[in-house]
Amino acid sequence: MNKVRVATIWLSGCSGCHMSFLDQDEFLMELAKLVQFVYSPLIDVKEFPENVDITIVEGAVGNEEQLELIEVARKRTKQLIALGDCAVHGNVTSLRNALREGDQAVLKRAYLELADTTPQIPSEVTPLLKKAHPLHEIVEVDHFIPGCPPPASLITYVLTELLAGRKPEMEGKAKFG
Amino acid sequence: MAEEEREKQKRFRYRINVCCSSSCISLGALKVLKSFERAVKELGLEDQCKVARTGCPGTCSAGPVVLIEPGDYFYEGVTPESAREIVEEHVIRGIPLKRFLYSVPEFFSKQKRLVLRNAGKMDPLDIREYISRGGYAALVKCLTKMSEDDVINEVFKSGLRGRGGAGFQTGQKWKFVSKAAGSPKYIIGNLDEGDPGVFANRTLAEADPHAIIEGMIIASYALKAEKGYLYTRAEYPLAIETLKKAIQQAKSLGLLGEKILGTDLNFDLELRLGAGAFIAGEETAILASIEGMRAMPRPRPPYPASSGLWGKPTLIQNVETLANIPLIVLNGGEWFSKIGVPHCPGTKCFSLTGKIKNPGLIEVPMGITLKEVVFEIGGGVPDGRRFKAVLVGGPSGGCLPESQLHLPIDYESLTKAGAIMGSGGIVVLDDESCMVDTAKFFIDFCVDESCGKCTPCRVGLVKVRKILERIGHAKGVEKDIDLLAKVGEYIKEASLCGLGQTAPNPVLTTIRYFKEEYMAHILDKKCPTGRCDMGAEGS
Amino acid sequence: MKSVRLTIDGRAVEVPDGTTILDAAMANGIKIPTLCHLEGVKDYGGCRLCLVEIKGSPKVFPACTTPVGQGMEVTTNSDRLKEYRKMALQLLLSERAHICSVCVANGACELQSLASELGVDQLIFERDWPELSVDLTHAYLVIDRNRCILCTRCIRVCDEIEGVHTLDLMLRGKETQVVIDLNENWKNATSCTGCRKCAKVCPVGAIYVKGEALSSTKDKEVAKFITERRRSAFE
Repeated sequence: MNKVRVATIWLSGCSGCHMSFLDQDEFLMELAKLVQFVYSPLIDVKEFPENVDITIVEGAVGNEEQLELIEVARKRTKQLIALGDCAVHGNVTSLRNALREGDQAVLKRAYLELADTTPQIPSEVTPLLKKAHPLHEIVEVDHFIPGCPPPASLITYVLTELLAGRKPEMEGKAKFG
Repeated sequence: MAEEEREKQKRFRYRINVCCSSSCISLGALKVLKSFERAVKELGLEDQCKVARTGCPGTCSAGPVVLIEPGDYFYEGVTPESAREIVEEHVIRGIPLKRFLYSVPEFFSKQKRLVLRNAGKMDPLDIREYISRGGYAALVKCLTKMSEDDVINEVFKSGLRGRGGAGFQTGQKWKFVSKAAGSPKYIIGNLDEGDPGVFANRTLAEADPHAIIEGMIIASYALKAEKGYLYTRAEYPLAIETLKKAIQQAKSLGLLGEKILGTDLNFDLELRLGAGAFIAGEETAILASIEGMRAMPRPRPPYPASSGLWGKPTLIQNVETLANIPLIVLNGGEWFSKIGVPHCPGTKCFSLTGKIKNPGLIEVPMGITLKEVVFEIGGGVPDGRRFKAVLVGGPSGGCLPESQLHLPIDYESLTKAGAIMGSGGIVVLDDESCMVDTAKFFIDFCVDESCGKCTPCRVGLVKVRKILERIGHAKGVEKDIDLLAKVGEYIKEASLCGLGQTAPNPVLTTIRYFKEEYMAHILDKKCPTGRCDMGAEGS
Repeated sequence: MKSVRLTIDGRAVEVPDGTTILDAAMANGIKIPTLCHLEGVKDYGGCRLCLVEIKGSPKVFPACTTPVGQGMEVTTNSDRLKEYRKMALQLLLSERAHICSVCVANGACELQSLASELGVDQLIFERDWPELSVDLTHAYLVIDRNRCILCTRCIRVCDEIEGVHTLDLMLRGKETQVVIDLNENWKNATSCTGCRKCAKVCPVGAIYVKGEALSSTKDKEVAKFITERRRSAFE
């Protein structure tokens, strides 16, 4: 039997959601029998591949590179999952949206005001977007797993349902924060 | 007294009524008035010609207007210079000056003026003139020939419905208040007309304050309520002055205060000024405001009729409703119920504005069609542009297209079409108006005026505005239309008071009747009228 | 006291005349979600979470302010009502800055737990991010207006239970916010007794006590407890 092709993406997030994913412990063994990871920060693949069945995304869309990546991923994926509060509704990543010129304000704070030596705003990195967006503001999202981070058991539940071809029931299970 | 005043009026061969309502004053009516007075004096006509300062006859676009009786000759755009000429020609030689006459006879031909019976023909600052025109006769009739229940029954029989917009049976409301336990009882006249572009109540108060006051005194007799409040927007200085004077004059003649006209009826009427919140016109928010609290609506039940001001039974009526009462008492409910249409008798005042040839204040029998109002009375759309839509019912009314113009004006028909009677605003839009932009304009108003108490209205309207902005900035997606409809329905259903329950109407009706225009913004990224940022060519 | 018979979700119940639908449901173990309702103070009718349907009317009614009627048939959980409750939560969650992960109320917040219960797992609206003030001037009480859902529980408990009316609302519409005295800093509020009841009844993280976990501050029963004690003292 063909294995299900799964990708995970790490955008503007703290990697906590990926940690939570790894916290699924022995379920990962089960998972390995069923799925093949074709793209992830956990494996060494440079290009987002074609024909992906499930893509799990951590983090909000905060800069131009991420914007490009998520649009490519959406085109090449059957089902897209927003994993964790940043991907679901912006969370901490989007706190800068509350500030006027938030994109500049965070850079100034991080690289100038808080710099111990040689304060300078890095020019070689991809520019920030004016606002940090939750995934569904940019692309169509099929499933949401809120939480900061979402508990491993919830990720397990959703994956189990999806691999069995059922629709996950989130009432009472998922929680922001 | 009425006789005496009528005799006095009869001496005059001519009566020159100079409109001094807010809009005509802004066009210089007071100078015109002075100039007429001077001309009459200099030409030695004081014995045969009365110059009166009156309220508005409704032709606001043509001000300053002057109405000369007998014969109802209307002069428009009168200047202090032309005043003298009019006196010389019309009064002395008896030849009306054609070139100054108001040229739109159809503006009046379809109207029926009950509420505005005295508007423009009577000096609102002189109670004697009101009395000479039959004023306070209804009150005398109540006090001498009718029991409290007789009055309530006449009102009930008339089929009169609330003119504040909700259309509740007035007689039914009076019955509720009359039967409600608890005393004292209160009466509130609602003159907190806050809709942009609506000025019917203001004009009524400026032109005929006593009609409102008499209606309130009759209500006080029928319901045994000894205290009344006339709640008026502070933004209506002339109406407030006029009402103040009228209340004083009524008091000095023993029509207000203790032992009215020598009977046991006591009624103390107080003017209360609202501080400018649109929500304060909502009936339960008025209660809070008069009690000295934040004007926020209360959940119903309990209804004000059983528990209103300070928990006592309270009658709250719009002033236009109240101005109908003396007529109903004098002529009988039977007579009233035959005007207009059976389920919705009487007349309704409308403020006719927007892209229309003859804007102004009109009063038409219920059941008249929108088409007659817009094209016959209003004269249609000026400057060779095409009619596009008409917004009926103020900022939370509905935008109706040409296909709906056959609708008769009554509460049910308008509601069915997605509009409301509201406070009687009719705004005509021509083909230069973008419907998405129009919807956003009115949502803006409601966002600013929401009181902040309930979630659907306070937050929902802000979200609706945000989606409309997105569409206007060429960032809309097709799903947005469904989302707008969904949130709009929710706000209508779930809001606490009339503001939220009607605020989404402009959005819902523009989606219903002008969906293709939304689609053009969303799919083609262009605004057919070029109103939005993206322009007519697209971005 | 006359009693009234009605059905709620098909169950026959009997309650004293004048009871609200919400109280009738609660007394019979039927749960209707609420946010602005607080036992022990007057009902407000603002959050619109407790909407129910009554047979014979196309409208929806707030259970907290609608009195029961003889023979009424109430539905508390139709698909339409579920949809409306989710919509109310969606609107509240995206109105101001509700970022659960960095909120003092995380795990002890009624808005958060209701969203979870009713299956709100995403935000369909963009946030508005209003920039409202946080008042840290008081010795131990804090108000963060960016997290306020304007349920006015704090205002009612301050007025009706503590009896000082330190808190009230200012401005209107989306600008509406809770103010202290006449828009003073909390440390200058001469009327405030520092009783903490506002923090105890705040359903979210808008009013809290410095350095105290909200899970230990919160005590929704306080208003009910005091009201009942007072009533029995006077009887």
